[in-house]
Amino acid sequence: MSDRRGLGTVLLRVFRYRNGDGAPRYDEFRVPVGPRTTVLDALLGVRRLQDPTLTLRHSCLHASCGTCGMRVNGQEVLACVTRLDGLGDRVVVEPLAGAPVVGDLVVDMEGFYGRLEPSGRPLVRTSEHATPALMDLERFEDCIECGLCLSACPVVATDPRYLGPAALAAADRLIQEPRGADRKEVLGWVDDAHGAWRCHAAFECSEVCPAGVDPAGAIMGLRRRLLRDRLPRLAGRSDREARP
Amino acid sequence: MTGEELREVGGRHPSRWLDPRGRHLGTWAFVLNRLTGLGLVAYLYLHLIVLSTLLRGPDAWDGLVAVFRRPVFLALDVLLVLGLAVHGLNGLRVALVGSGLLVDRHKALLVAAGVLVGLVGLVAAVRTFA
Repeated sequence: MSDRRGLGTVLLRVFRYRNGDGAPRYDEFRVPVGPRTTVLDALLGVRRLQDPTLTLRHSCLHASCGTCGMRVNGQEVLACVTRLDGLGDRVVVEPLAGAPVVGDLVVDMEGFYGRLEPSGRPLVRTSEHATPALMDLERFEDCIECGLCLSACPVVATDPRYLGPAALAAADRLIQEPRGADRKEVLGWVDDAHGAWRCHAAFECSEVCPAGVDPAGAIMGLRRRLLRDRLPRLAGRSDREARP
Repeated sequence: MTGEELREVGGRHPSRWLDPRGRHLGTWAFVLNRLTGLGLVAYLYLHLIVLSTLLRGPDAWDGLVAVFRRPVFLALDVLLVLGLAVHGLNGLRVALVGSGLLVDRHKALLVAAGVLVGLVGLVAAVRTFA
């Protein structure tokens, strides 16, 4: 199907919910699609031309701010860099999962940010004071705090106390380069049934991360470190004996 | 808006495990491990109930064994072996990767576990029905 400008069109099926609504519903909007049209372009077009009440979050338009995270055909993406072309004639747009919906495509991120707080949100760039030892580090500082990992994680679906991939990746980054933080304190924070040990190695967080962060790998790194600390204790050796 | 109101829509629910859209191999392994785990626990209790037939004497037990030799129950036996293989081998993968070992090879481990499960299933089917 194409519009009067010769552009193809796609039917957007958009999740709608407002506080006080009995139940969520899906509204359908036919939108023009060019080769570079993103999901966010289309949604902003819907708001401008078809339904000004559609609620969504966005800011930078180039995958830096992480505010336009949502699920498109069930997959967690940043709407600003996800092209509609090739997604099919009917595209389902829903808010991120695992967080309460505030309205339409906007979820309450308080829980997500709350999980990150204890890590001190280490925003350290590789270019800053990089030492040779840092060359092997994964780029956890690239986390844009979009929440896609939390939405995709199957464990988050059932455990509200789980720290989640982003916070654990931040903790691992902090362990790698403490910058004044107490490593033991950080390890104590994540050494919990709802912390590093809760992950079940689905690796979905790493699959959907738009910034190339590998949260699952970071969680496994934390576990390796925790095990290294625990095993000597279990074997009856003191910390001092275990660490030459 | 209160927290309770916010939780009405969105939030957490195990039904999300069964939403296939956009998921990758690791989540399917996670879901399969959960389902086979639940299935094996159910089987354990069922097995104990079946064994209690022994209390009713040899005739009752022999009758039950005759029922369980029907093809449909033999197929369920193969399914049980498959479930054990999935849960055991994927569990081994999760234990290895979850201990920080072979993390970079987690996908290869998953494929290897899948191949082994297939082989175990094949051998079980051949031995059961041959």
